[in-house]
Amino acid sequence: MRAMAEQLVFYGSYPFVRHALVVGVLIALCSSLLGVILVLKRFSFLGDGLSHVAFGAMSLAAVLGLTDDMPLTLGITILCAVFLLRSGPNAKIKGDAAIAMLSVGALAIGYLLMNLFSASVNLSGDVCSTLFGSTSILTLSQREVWMCAGLSLVVVLFYLLFYHKIFALTFDEDFAKTTGIYVEAYHLLIAVIIAVVIVLAMQLVGSLLISALILFPAISAMRVFRNFRAVTICAAVLSVICALGGMLLSILIGTPVGSTIVMVDLLVFLAFSAIEYVRGGALR
Amino acid sequence: MAQLICQNLAIGYEGRPVLQELNFEVCAGDYLCIVGENGSGKSTLMKTILGLQHPFSGSVQMGDGLKKNEIGYLPQQTSLQKDFPASVQEIVLSGCQGRCGLRPFYHKAEKQRAADAMEKLQISHLAKRCYRMLSGGQQQRVLLARALCATKKMLLLDEPVSGLDPNVSMQLYELIQKLHKEDGVTILMISHDMEAAMTYATHILHLGRQQFFGPKTVYQQEFPQAFLGAGSKGGGVR
Ligand SMILES: Nc1ncnc2c1ncn2[C@@H]1O[C@H](COP(=O)(O)OP(=O)(O)O)[C@@H](O)[C@H]1O
Ligand SMILES: [Mg+2]
Repeated sequence: MRAMAEQLVFYGSYPFVRHALVVGVLIALCSSLLGVILVLKRFSFLGDGLSHVAFGAMSLAAVLGLTDDMPLTLGITILCAVFLLRSGPNAKIKGDAAIAMLSVGALAIGYLLMNLFSASVNLSGDVCSTLFGSTSILTLSQREVWMCAGLSLVVVLFYLLFYHKIFALTFDEDFAKTTGIYVEAYHLLIAVIIAVVIVLAMQLVGSLLISALILFPAISAMRVFRNFRAVTICAAVLSVICALGGMLLSILIGTPVGSTIVMVDLLVFLAFSAIEYVRGGALR
Repeated sequence: MAQLICQNLAIGYEGRPVLQELNFEVCAGDYLCIVGENGSGKSTLMKTILGLQHPFSGSVQMGDGLKKNEIGYLPQQTSLQKDFPASVQEIVLSGCQGRCGLRPFYHKAEKQRAADAMEKLQISHLAKRCYRMLSGGQQQRVLLARALCATKKMLLLDEPVSGLDPNVSMQLYELIQKLHKEDGVTILMISHDMEAAMTYATHILHLGRQQFFGPKTVYQQEFPQAFLGAGSKGGGVR
């Protein structure tokens, strides 16, 4: 126990570790907020598809030899998000197929690009870390840390300022429209936010595990709480705790950051499901 | 002057018209029942009036000081809402969105308005409860309270009693009647229930192969066939 604490203090003395922790918490916070919207709007699929697009875009950036891959990845992902969300709600089936094609296509193209053009000796290692995020959070540059922190704060601010509108239009889009909310404008904004969060979350857990980071806290919260505000707050708190716990754990026992965080998320989800089950039994 | 005027309206989906040459108007204080068989375009008409979809041709005009976002709407139940974690209060308050504009938070006045609406529909004691745990009748009252938050002038109700048992339906009809009589709210209601239509409505709009619009009494004379099935339960329109 003592040794563990000492080890944590030792790691904590490095600025890059502290940065990683702060950024990780911020990213987890906005992922969970977004997750509430995606789950309730039945957009879960979209997050998954876009994370593959982000992978493709990142490979492209790597092949082009860009030192800072974030702007390109962000741009491409935002474009795809806007495209998918526009064709989404109106044409349900077409939307699903479009997401599937885009996501698998991007995955294939990304891997192909890396295979063909990568100068790296450790190709499978590169691919693996883009997909599962291994250590990337610890290797963020100062600039990337600021960028992540800034974008996260923008997402959180957006959520706070438009909280009631988000509720209205997730609960009942048609009614929201009749009260004069510009639903299309918000869809566009949400599309941009989704893309931003996915690119951020990719830094933390890698592209394959993003969905877990986004969806688990929201689904766990929905097991136990029965109103929108409680679900939102609970999801945010859970996500932050899980991310922090996961990151510390991964430092201590030397496991990959992304999968450790997701594992903690999963455990919490199981715990909350158990609570719901027990409570349901008591009610019956 | 009429609150709502529809002229030569043609409506439908993706270039395929559902209804054509629709003409009617609704004045303040009217109680219009829209009847017609399933698929005759009743819901589509409501969505067009609300501006949720565009008419192919013709026009929907508001008059008498009624603004587009001053119409309260009670939609036909959608599946999306079934497992939504939302408390009654949150839902009713969301009816006040039209008054907020871009303001991020609700003022006292809006919270009071929501409280009044819940009081009126006798659901104040349910304020903290989860919407999806309520009975069908209670859920409809919540949505009605939300619609009431959006307006004091006109309510559009799409099959408000579908799926409710006769007793609860009766109570809901009486509540709607109270809003109409005591608060002077104009009502447009879609209903399959001929008996209720005849009891409460002042005007009837019949959609289908034969269209009719006019006062209830005229409808009774011109459309006796509509009442053949009205005695039996359900009261579907032929
Ligand atoms: N979203 C839609 N897209 C295409 N056609 C639709 C859609 N919704 C309804 N329809 C069609 O429009 C017609 C009228 O539907 P609707 O207005 O819901 O009828 P009602 O409410 O009178 O039962 C029906 O034939 C239905 O099949
Ligand atoms: Mg209908």
